[in-house]
Amino acid sequence: MAIVERHKQELERQAAPGDRAPAVVEFRGVSKQYGPTDRGIEDATFSVQRGEFVFLVGSTGSGKSTLMKLLIKEIDPTAGTIRVAGRDLSEITRKKVPFYRRNIGVVFQDFKLLPDRTVYDNVAYALQVTGRSRKEIRAKVPDILRLTGLATKLHSFPDQLSGGEQQRVAVARAFVNHPPLLLADEPTGNLDPETSVGIMQLLYRINRTGTTVLVATHDATMVDRMRRRVLELHDGRLIRDEYNAGYAQSDLNTAEFGALLREPAPKPRRRSVTDDIDDIFSS
Amino acid sequence: MKPGFFIKEAFRSISRNAIPSFAAMASVLVTVLVLGVFIPVVQATTGAANEVRSRVLVDVYLKRDATQQDAARVKALLNDNVAHVGKVEFVSKAQAYAQEKRRNPEAYTLLGTNPLPDTFRVTPDKPDNALALRNALMHPNVSGGGSSPIDGAIDSVKNRKDETSKILTATRVVKLAMGALAILLVVASILLISNTIRLSLFSRRREVEVMKLVGATDSFIRWPFVIEGVVLGALGGVLAVALLGVGKVALLDPLASDFALIAAPKTIGLPLLAALLLLASVGVSAAGSSISLRKFLRV
Repeated sequence: MAIVERHKQELERQAAPGDRAPAVVEFRGVSKQYGPTDRGIEDATFSVQRGEFVFLVGSTGSGKSTLMKLLIKEIDPTAGTIRVAGRDLSEITRKKVPFYRRNIGVVFQDFKLLPDRTVYDNVAYALQVTGRSRKEIRAKVPDILRLTGLATKLHSFPDQLSGGEQQRVAVARAFVNHPPLLLADEPTGNLDPETSVGIMQLLYRINRTGTTVLVATHDATMVDRMRRRVLELHDGRLIRDEYNAGYAQSDLNTAEFGALLREPAPKPRRRSVTDDIDDIFSS
Repeated sequence: MKPGFFIKEAFRSISRNAIPSFAAMASVLVTVLVLGVFIPVVQATTGAANEVRSRVLVDVYLKRDATQQDAARVKALLNDNVAHVGKVEFVSKAQAYAQEKRRNPEAYTLLGTNPLPDTFRVTPDKPDNALALRNALMHPNVSGGGSSPIDGAIDSVKNRKDETSKILTATRVVKLAMGALAILLVVASILLISNTIRLSLFSRRREVEVMKLVGATDSFIRWPFVIEGVVLGALGGVLAVALLGVGKVALLDPLASDFALIAAPKTIGLPLLAALLLLASVGVSAAGSSISLRKFLRV
């Protein structure tokens, strides 16, 4: 597990010691309006601390993808401020966006691999982009592919791999730069349940190295089984922000975690109008 | 490491996308080939048309009893006071007689005396101005009807009016047609090449999108594409120029001695043409790929 150790060190080196680390993700009153009546996100406020594993759930059209796109600065919010690692995204100019994106690993439902590159080259591309030396690439890529269980597929092309394997390549590519934040937009949307569990285990393993992981999915039951922090969006509004960390022991190993995923889910506790009234009285 | 990496990327992408690459190269080849044939043809045609036009003249005949002083005065008048005069050539009675006699010896021997007047052959500054020049040499009569020459010593001014206007119209039509064809051809070439580039880039739109998501800067994405365009454009251009050279040696040169149009002197030389075409094909491909890419880079 050398790669995990190295990644931990990398993260510790990046976080300034002694400094009160700012939240990795901070949304303050963020809205995104696509048209006069067409809203993607409305007044979202939340923050994610370093090392958290957060689910973002909601049905299709609830604004999950909008939120993801806002985070990688593919689109800009119409109101509010987004901070990632303390940095206001609106201050990043178009020219600087590529450099910002190198600090975020992204995994998509449709994998988004480069079709005419081998598995090795796909992962290597993320490093080449940042101008790493060939020597460094040759050392890192096989390592990360071993971590994701693709050691035997180095020279296969994406169309020769199964969906699960392709998604593992995508995760490897997202992780190879040791990003402090990893976003996954419906990472298991195209995969069968058993393969999905494998991908989730992989993401969990990455989270345990200290990377903040934010997973968007519409598979609410799966999320509820995981007993992690859950943000639920409905119609662009944040209707649930539940810290479920207490349900699961924080130091599960990967096998226990997999077993947990296959258990039946506890009932979700959604925020309703009565909760709001309770809040008013309790505060 | 970087330029090497970009070049490697470009060649990798050419070999992985063999068919679109071939299509792009072929479209450059065809365009350059057509341009390479057409440019000399246009030049030869307009050259020939211009040559015909340069033969348009206005003849100024002096009265038969005009003296040397009259001739000198008219010459000065033509040179200084009349608009649209290009070149003035004086043909004296004796010269005219000698010329005509050579053409038709019997008739002139029979004639005995010299019936020919002194003549000025005036070339207009531009062929199109031949008629204006003729009018400038004539005063409209005050009493209306007809006109008289500007100098008493001038008997008449002639320029075989019908022929002149026919030549002018015909050559103008030829030149305009050639110009229109040339414009059409250039537009067609640009459309063909830009369309091919767009097609091959469109098929790789996803690739560009992924590269952007991974954090590649615009220039990092663009350079391999531009190098690819340069390589394909150069390849197409070189092949087309080679074909043109072969065509010139094999087809044109044997025919040149028989056809005046092909041998027209003012066409562009093959080396210069080849250099221009190569430059254009490389430039257009490189510019085309980088401009077309701009649209996809806005992710």
